[in-house]
Amino acid sequence: MRTWDRRRSTLLLLIAAGAALLAVSVAGGLLTEQAMATDFSRRDLAPCWGYPFGTDWMGRDMLARTLAGLSLSIRIGVLTAGISAAVALILGTVCAISGGWADAAVSWVIDLVMGIPHILLIILISIACGRGLWGVTAGVALSHWTSLARVVRGEVLQLHQAPYLRMARKLGVSQGKLLRLHLLPHLLPQLLAGLILQFPHAILHEASVTFLGFGLSPEQPAIGIVLEESMGYLALGRWWLALFPGLSLVLVVALFALLGERARLLLSPASAQG
Amino acid sequence: MILEARDLTFRYPRRGSPPILEGAGFSLRSGERLGLSAPSGLGKTTLCKLLAGLEAPERGQILLDGIPLSRYRGFCPVQLLWQHPDAAVDPLLRLRATLEEAGPVDPAVLEGLGIRESWLERYPAELSGGELQRICIARALRPGLRFLLCDEISAMLDLIGQAQIWQFLLDQAQARGLGLLVVSHDDALLEQVCGRAIGWDALMS
Repeated sequence: MRTWDRRRSTLLLLIAAGAALLAVSVAGGLLTEQAMATDFSRRDLAPCWGYPFGTDWMGRDMLARTLAGLSLSIRIGVLTAGISAAVALILGTVCAISGGWADAAVSWVIDLVMGIPHILLIILISIACGRGLWGVTAGVALSHWTSLARVVRGEVLQLHQAPYLRMARKLGVSQGKLLRLHLLPHLLPQLLAGLILQFPHAILHEASVTFLGFGLSPEQPAIGIVLEESMGYLALGRWWLALFPGLSLVLVVALFALLGERARLLLSPASAQG
Repeated sequence: MILEARDLTFRYPRRGSPPILEGAGFSLRSGERLGLSAPSGLGKTTLCKLLAGLEAPERGQILLDGIPLSRYRGFCPVQLLWQHPDAAVDPLLRLRATLEEAGPVDPAVLEGLGIRESWLERYPAELSGGELQRICIARALRPGLRFLLCDEISAMLDLIGQAQIWQFLLDQAQARGLGLLVVSHDDALLEQVCGRAIGWDALMS
């Protein structure tokens, strides 16, 4: 019974983390208008009951701004992690199945992309794509697929050596059925855990590129913009402008990491029963 | 039909390792039952894998009626039954999917092997070695099968189970005109199952 209980608590934690993230992203989406509303009658308010995160020098509600920023970050994270997981799955599988020069070429590209510091690559791609939402998305998506592609490639290569796969080929199972029946079920846990664990990376990178001024444009309520603007007011004693948005970002990232870790525990055959 | 191996040389890819097989020759006809008995570690399993086309020889050929075995597409007429059936089935698939991997299986085969319907809804980890071996045998017994290589297939079974499985396999081999290669350490078993048993040296020459 003990193992069942642990599995259930892991599942509950996973659902709770997922629900919290979904709530933040929906709430932030609804609050975007409010996050942009300025009201000079309530400038520079310290955190109070009416405004738990305080207000800034233009009288904007920092709670709304933080939620809207996180929501944008989460949506970009979902998009980029999804794209990079798909790229990793396709390239990793092609690599391992075709072998030869295709494998060598893709492996070389993986090494090349991994060799460049992430943040530098994201800035370059973001600028090349005209910054803004699409610049950031392209930058993060195109730089984060490599490690997962490597894992997928290694996994497929290993599966190809498994006796049951060789037997299946001799039994006349077609390539498509082989992929669907034998490869995907083994790859899915790795891929799903890798995908969720990619969110925190994607969100942090999106925030840092925006913070550095190479990402989203200043009028968008992105978490990177919020943090960048608040830097100028820290010296004036308005600590709440940076503290709450920063803490919330850390919390969201930690929630995603937890989600990925729990999903990995549940899906991986080695730990799924324990 | 005749299954032939000519001048087989094979070594596992490790630098400087000596060849497991060197210039080995072999032939087996439809309807023939050949027993092979040899001490451990000489390469019986390797020979079986080569004959079933699961490994490629460094030199030499495996021919089925004079045509290289690798030329056959779809279901391979030569099938290997592994010593460890748990390695030959996908651990994440229910056994019904494994059993019907190559197509639907004749219910008479399931009955003859004593495979219960309830086993098919389980995963491989939930069945014993003997039960899995029966499923592997049923999976291999397709209409296209001509030669069956049995590599210590009954080592994990009790005597009654062994007798059942071999009786069934011999009946099937008779009815379908299969060629059987039976590899075992158990000389009494080989004598019972095969008309003739040969040693490793006789095979190599």
